[in-house]
Amino acid sequence: MVSIRPCGDFKNSYEQDEAIFQTRFMKIMVGLFIVFLLILPQFLSPYLLYLANTVSIAIIGALGMNIVTGFTGLISLGQGALIGVGAYTVAILSSKLGFPVWAALPLAGFMAALAGMIIGTPSLRLKGFYLAMATMAGHYIIWFVLWNWVDLTGGPGGIAVRKPVLFGLDLNRDDLHFYYLALPMAILAIFACKNLFRTRVGRAFIAIRDRDLSAEVIGVNLFKYKLLSFFISSFYAGITGGLFAYYMKLINPEAFQLFLAIDYLAMIIVGGMGSILGSIYGAIFIVLVPEILQRIIEYASRFMPLQNIFAPLREIIFGLMIVLFLIFKPEGIAKMWEDAKAYFKLWPYAY
Amino acid sequence: MFFFTALIVNGIVIGSIYALVALGFVLIFKASDIINFAQGELVLVGAFIGYALLDQLKIPVTFSLGLSFIFAVFLGFVIERIVLRPMIGEPVSSVIMVTLGLASILKGLSRSIWGSMNLSFPPLIPQKTISVAGMPVSYVYLLSFSTSMVFLLIFSLFFKYSRMGVAMRAAANNQQVAQSLGISVRRIFALSWAIATIIAFLGGFLLGTINVISMNLSFIGIKVFPIVVLGGLDSIPGAIISGFIIGILENLAAGYIQPYFEGGAVQEISGLVVLLIILIIKPYGLFGTREIERL
Repeated sequence: MVSIRPCGDFKNSYEQDEAIFQTRFMKIMVGLFIVFLLILPQFLSPYLLYLANTVSIAIIGALGMNIVTGFTGLISLGQGALIGVGAYTVAILSSKLGFPVWAALPLAGFMAALAGMIIGTPSLRLKGFYLAMATMAGHYIIWFVLWNWVDLTGGPGGIAVRKPVLFGLDLNRDDLHFYYLALPMAILAIFACKNLFRTRVGRAFIAIRDRDLSAEVIGVNLFKYKLLSFFISSFYAGITGGLFAYYMKLINPEAFQLFLAIDYLAMIIVGGMGSILGSIYGAIFIVLVPEILQRIIEYASRFMPLQNIFAPLREIIFGLMIVLFLIFKPEGIAKMWEDAKAYFKLWPYAY
Repeated sequence: MFFFTALIVNGIVIGSIYALVALGFVLIFKASDIINFAQGELVLVGAFIGYALLDQLKIPVTFSLGLSFIFAVFLGFVIERIVLRPMIGEPVSSVIMVTLGLASILKGLSRSIWGSMNLSFPPLIPQKTISVAGMPVSYVYLLSFSTSMVFLLIFSLFFKYSRMGVAMRAAANNQQVAQSLGISVRRIFALSWAIATIIAFLGGFLLGTINVISMNLSFIGIKVFPIVVLGGLDSIPGAIISGFIIGILENLAAGYIQPYFEGGAVQEISGLVVLLIILIIKPYGLFGTREIERL
């Protein structure tokens, strides 16, 4: 039943070559996996559901980050503010203007995309560290606006978000219902991203990352594609923010500070830059590992006095994870997975 | 007018501390091409170590300073060896990330050892004020200003005239040629991190004498970016001069623009707006060297 792919290239059409799932076995397995994911929440506790929802939201954000930084090579520290823009758009549209969820969420993405495009304009002149600085400055300026434009955003007090009601069903009644909003969005985001990199636009992004001067020489319009990269990745960030707003029910600017961008940057670096599976692994890892370790320490603290490292533990673990990954496995978890697959494919030979 | 002078004087004092922190940053960048996002956290740790030595262990000031410097050297060496050595040759985003991870670790450790409360140094300096340009300036400010100026002078002279300083500049300029002349670049890396950490600790110490210390101190690590970009990432005089410029600008903005915004945070933003403007007009700053990319 396991299909064995013959050695060599036997594809007859572009369609076959570009297919995401190359064999019928893969298609069936992925289908079964999605069905499993849809049934799974019935058996999970609210805490695990909360983790699952957080991971789904994080996956979308990590994909966005990977599009601009991993695939296009433009280091962007503006994610925090862009997610905030998405969250606030949803909050304002749903609570002050009464927009339904299927309108507010895409509009949140769109507003964040516009903001992201503006933050990203320095990318036309700057590179590397300088671009990171410019996007960081953009982040703080947007945050400043969110914090101070009290009439629109409620300033430090924040805004409450109306329930996301779809087909008459409150999607945020509890974690279980939200799961059925977050998971399909995440799956949609993953497939959209995978598809993006089969198209001309995606290839242009990768060309820009590899050598943008050369890309321009072969005819890639840097102006258009760099801004498009920021646009698309910020759209993802906006959707992330919108979902976050619906989930949290009350948002204020404190949740959207610079550490959010650093979180997402960590996700894609730990997971693997320039790889979609990498974004998924990274999101899962960065969300779950501190939680798991915190539970372990809580359990262990019954036997040993470890009280005072509780609160900042998450920070320390986070920092430690990043540093260790970058020292020992800079290409991330996706590379580890590739290495493992290659090892088993070639065993018992070495190469 | 009085208001204006007060802002300027305040700006100069704060600017001297900014100049110190920026100097540390530029030092690391010049020697090893690493952008140290953890500089603010090093200042934070320095401030807390100072607190621990002065307040918790009740060690007199000069010994505290000396001990904290020794600890700074040790910390600098450890960081360089364990965290940065493996990062040689990795792309920019990885290096940025590693220093961010380091910043997280340092911040978390500080919080776990000393808690999140605001702490203050025991009063070291008499609370008197003297009159400068017709306005009262407290002794504390004056002392911190003169200390930073003294150290800035020491470091400038070190880099210009001492053997080790010249060796560091050589290694920063061209590693391979420096190595061929017999300069141990590994030692230079370690030394530059040690000195930068000492400078950061000193900055933390001074900030501790002026203000209460809290976790927010690490924001100075973000504020240092407008300063080094304005001055030029690899220029020591640039860092010093723009430290003062940004310090003054920040205070002027806080004084004149802040009243229009009720939420606050104008002071932090002003530096970053300046950063954005500089990046658009003159990305290499006032004294930085232009990077020319060739295919």
